[in-house]
Amino acid sequence: MSLSALRVAIIVFPGSNCDRDMMVAVERLAGRRPALVWHKETSLDPVDLAIIPGGFSYGDYLRCGALAARSPIMEAVLDHAARGGAVMGICNGFQVLLEAGLLPGVLVENAGLKYVCRNTCIEVVDGTGSPFTAGLVPGQKMVIPVAHNEGNYFAGDDDLQRLEDNGQIAFRYVDSDIHGPANPNGAARDIAGIISANGRVMGMMPHPERAISPELGSADGATMLTASLEALVS
Amino acid sequence: MQVIVNISLKEGVLDPQGRAIGRSLTDLGFQEVGEVRVGKRISLDIDESDPARAEQRVARMCETLLANTVIEDYEIEIAGENGA
Repeated sequence: MSLSALRVAIIVFPGSNCDRDMMVAVERLAGRRPALVWHKETSLDPVDLAIIPGGFSYGDYLRCGALAARSPIMEAVLDHAARGGAVMGICNGFQVLLEAGLLPGVLVENAGLKYVCRNTCIEVVDGTGSPFTAGLVPGQKMVIPVAHNEGNYFAGDDDLQRLEDNGQIAFRYVDSDIHGPANPNGAARDIAGIISANGRVMGMMPHPERAISPELGSADGATMLTASLEALVS
Repeated sequence: MQVIVNISLKEGVLDPQGRAIGRSLTDLGFQEVGEVRVGKRISLDIDESDPARAEQRVARMCETLLANTVIEDYEIEIAGENGA
């Protein structure tokens, strides 16, 4: 199967604002435009990858991602994941995946109490168990921007240890020459992204779709997304 | 029937907002202030006359949506009949 045969759906909630950026990124990298699926839909056509994009779904009311996680389309996304389907959540999408129970833990307010919008350097931790890291090399560093107020990953000590032991930490914030502290939000164990126990669900705070060409400051997001798309077709 | 849900952060979960409020209170001269924790109060109008049943339903709502039990605790308070 070639990359352009890959079927990708991007779920759109009221308040999503990175859906179009992600659509453009995937179309550019895979050669096929993903479907945009409105949250009121109750079914999902068969797809190889469902993406929950960044934004401020439902205005972040109650808790970030809480209302989106219970909207009609999420039943179909949960079914897709239960069948072993691949799901990727970026930023608010990561918050939605946690609220939906597809990944463990929760994202709370940044330790610095401020919205953080800047480049971060993340390092690939797990290199094998998941299509989202399989094409990357453990220790590989990527410059990808974050833009969030609630990116401070929190989980109980038992859950954190389980993530470490099972190789479920996908990406960690690391030191680099980028201005500011390596960890932008106080996340436990410098976690920037995690994967599910079966490797098929991945959530991350940094925005790879905002780093797809040198003109945008970095093309590392394109490297990361292409590696994921290629792993999903092979 | 009116039901009040009080949602608070679990012990041990960092509350950056509470910490900032605490710091401001100290700056304003309220030296007696120690730890500050911020919570949420949700008031629900429920079409139900049996308090026990109302409490049971609201507990389900808390578990399903209103609270994230990874970091939050909830308390349910039956406030009484509407208009009573």
